Amino acid sequence: MTPVSETVTSAPPQAAPKPTPAPKRSKRKQWIKRNLPPILLISPSLILVGVFVYWLIFSSVGTSLTNNHTMPQVMGAEEVEFVGLENYANLLRDPDFLHSLRNLGLYTLVFLVGTMFFGFLWAWILEKRARFEGFFRSVLLFPMAVSSVAAGVVWRWLLSPTEGKNSSGLNRIFESLGLTGLENSWAQDSKWGILAVTIPAVWQLSGYVMALFLAGFRGIPNELREAARVDGANEWQLYRHVLFPQLSPVALSAVIIIGHMSLKVFDLIMAIAGKDAYQTMVPAIDVYNFISGRQDYANAAAVGVIMLLAVLVLIVPYLVHTAREDKR
Amino acid sequence: MAGLDSQLDLPKGVSTKVVGKGFDWGRLVRYALLIMFAALVLMPVYVLIVTSFKGVGDADPSRAWAFPKIWTLEPWKTAFVGIGGIPPVGPALGRTLIMVIPAAVISSILGSMNGFVLSRWRFPFANVVFAFILFGMFIPYQAVMVPLYSLVNDLSGIVPRGIPVLIMLHVIYGIPITTLIFRNYYQSVPQELIEASRVDGGGMLRTYFSVVLPISMPSFVVVLIWQFTSAWNDFLFARFFGGNMQTQAPVTVVLQNMATGGTTGSVWGATMAATLLSCLPTLLVYILLGKYFVGGLMSGSVKG
Repeated sequence: MTPVSETVTSAPPQAAPKPTPAPKRSKRKQWIKRNLPPILLISPSLILVGVFVYWLIFSSVGTSLTNNHTMPQVMGAEEVEFVGLENYANLLRDPDFLHSLRNLGLYTLVFLVGTMFFGFLWAWILEKRARFEGFFRSVLLFPMAVSSVAAGVVWRWLLSPTEGKNSSGLNRIFESLGLTGLENSWAQDSKWGILAVTIPAVWQLSGYVMALFLAGFRGIPNELREAARVDGANEWQLYRHVLFPQLSPVALSAVIIIGHMSLKVFDLIMAIAGKDAYQTMVPAIDVYNFISGRQDYANAAAVGVIMLLAVLVLIVPYLVHTAREDKR
Repeated sequence: MAGLDSQLDLPKGVSTKVVGKGFDWGRLVRYALLIMFAALVLMPVYVLIVTSFKGVGDADPSRAWAFPKIWTLEPWKTAFVGIGGIPPVGPALGRTLIMVIPAAVISSILGSMNGFVLSRWRFPFANVVFAFILFGMFIPYQAVMVPLYSLVNDLSGIVPRGIPVLIMLHVIYGIPITTLIFRNYYQSVPQELIEASRVDGGGMLRTYFSVVLPISMPSFVVVLIWQFTSAWNDFLFARFFGGNMQTQAPVTVVLQNMATGGTTGSVWGATMAATLLSCLPTLLVYILLGKYFVGGLMSGSVKG
């Protein structure tokens, strides 16, 4: 504590008006003594977050407004000029980037619907206190503990695109069941390849949504159920009028969390299809290719900022809503 | 976070059983569904295990789903030796471990101190400061990647590429989530405890060390596991800042190269063995400390 109290005593004494010098000074002293230690304790974190989050975002926005498209410019050997929103305008007209956005939209939609469906279904089944519940819960949730890259390795094999006699993975199962019509080239399908990647994504995160819903179910006071039953509600009415309304905040959280993860998808696609596959291109991989492949920093920054905006559109209303609920 | 251990368990004495007569068909259907879904979820694990014991000739597509003809440890050895240009998985695992332990420990300590002053030793505008920090949790890191890339280059004299820089990044970008979890936990600590220490003349640090820290263990376990798992499984930072794949990068980079690096079907066995090895630490944590893992997951939903 010594350094702190030293700082306190050495605080510059203010020239106070004569009548009430002592109380005012001691009040200020009191304030400093009380508040300086916590501020000092948190300031390293504040500075780090300030620099690595806020300053870097600011800097990204700056770069995205320049024509910094080549290595010599990055190295400082050539001029970098301010070009306003030109990069954004070009990106939003570029068919390749629009294709990335379309992929991201499709992926997000199917990923959301899939995880919400399975997550809710599993929670609903488990909610009625099944025997071995803990075991099933652990199994259904375990893919969350595995890295997306590891998941990608297996799913790459399962989604192997070869069809017919030499097929393996899921196609092999269809082949041996005689369901040859279901065989397809999965992630390599030129039009719908991105949807194949949602299968492992749903596999990985449905358990998470299940856990959220299960916690939601378990948070509903039992009196509510009893009361509804006493009033003669049947099982469907119980769900429709008592349980579902109670679960809607959980559902909203789940949508926000999954949606926000979805917008950042990178690992899984890198492991299943790699960085160059057009069929499964998404903005996060565009950023990677702009930085490490083409050394086009301006466009990399612009795509990054677009991703940030997409996340903000999703998150900010939710955070405001949550803050209001908390106050109530 | 009071019911951390049991957020998913039914409270005692609660019965959701529907009173029925005769054979419970609903129950049978529920179990059938549960078993089917569990089997589907575990299907990739079956593939991983079976393939990792198949010799080179055995990896024929026609036998893709079958048990190995002869169970062999060959792929596991190959995973450790390395195939073609792909480095062995052993040293990468070691490097990843060296990375995640300090990353988890340092960011937990920072989170604990932050959580304490944001909830129980408050200062003016603590809520604004909390929101300021929390925002970092939601940003896509692509939005900072370009300047971060330059910054890491500039710092390379002080913080070398590979494991050191990754420790730094996991600590910094872990601050929001660790702060959030500790803050929510400390809010359940009675303020009277803190005031009592204050009346006794305890300063901030003494109160923290003698009153708050001793009751922080459950949160520390949750946060350590969370940070351990997310740093271990990270691929984005690893790919950008992992440095040389042979000598510097964590295991996810090596694994992704194995999977997509133009390797042929003959090394699928080794790739699967390497994948299993890379999952082992996080899976062990999950199996042994599952309830704390779930605690971390739940706190991800902001309200905690």
